[in-house]
Amino acid sequence: MRRIIPHPGLSVLLLIVWMLLQNTLSFGALVVGIVIGILVPIFTAPFWPGRPRIGFLHGFAYLALVLWDIVVANFEVAWIILFKRNRDLKSAWLVIPIELDTPEAITVLAGTISLTPGTVTSDVSACGDFLLVHALDSADPAADIQRIKTRYEARLKKVFR
Amino acid sequence: MSWLATVAEFVAAFVIVLGAAFALIGSWGLVRLPTLMERLHGPTKATTLGVGGILVGSILVSRLEQGAWSGHELLITLFLFITAPIAANMMAKVHLHRLRLRDAAISPGPAGAPPEPGGEAGWATYEAPQPDTPVATSRE
Repeated sequence: MRRIIPHPGLSVLLLIVWMLLQNTLSFGALVVGIVIGILVPIFTAPFWPGRPRIGFLHGFAYLALVLWDIVVANFEVAWIILFKRNRDLKSAWLVIPIELDTPEAITVLAGTISLTPGTVTSDVSACGDFLLVHALDSADPAADIQRIKTRYEARLKKVFR
Repeated sequence: MSWLATVAEFVAAFVIVLGAAFALIGSWGLVRLPTLMERLHGPTKATTLGVGGILVGSILVSRLEQGAWSGHELLITLFLFITAPIAANMMAKVHLHRLRLRDAAISPGPAGAPPEPGGEAGWATYEAPQPDTPVATSRE
């Protein structure tokens, strides 16, 4: 079974993306989608030697939280751009120590930080223990680091067990 | 059903205008913020709520006009959310390199030069990964 379907999650994702691309729920599209969902993971298996363990329930809760944060934080950044003078802007570099150990989890955390407005992930340390983040307006960098760690990293630890 | 269609039309118009407004504010941020690292924040914002609003409007309009739900907008959102952070990351890395080369044309901006990470390793942009740093999950 593991040789035929090395990554079940990837197979399901490919099938969903294929069905959305076709934009119909026809039987033919479903068959082609299943074939793609089985073949592509087999041919790309060498790039993915292992399988990260994902808690899907926690994953969807995390996704909803991030989508909500994106909307809220967009208004905050729009406010800063429109009404805050450049000389009042306190932009700062944040060095965030990370406890996540799998590359997939670190990538998701870095992407989340970039997508939630006000912060952009700029770099990761060579040992994979720190993220370099640029904050557009940070009055209290230590508090912002704590917020990212408790709000996102703690939840990601449950998603990637 | 016609009042429902009217409400949906108003909602579609509202989210399209909202999305366009955020795209405009993001572009304005690109113009007025002081240096590259601050300017990066403007356009990454426009892609999230700006494009998101216009895509929700597109879903509603295609439902109203053609009577069918469209899934392409969800795919556009998915691909944008995957690519936008990577594009921002690449620009930030180039900026870090130019800061280290002390390129006279750029200034570090109000945030100053980036700090060193704790521990013995530097930033990955400047040096090769440590030998024991995992690049993919190898757990079976």
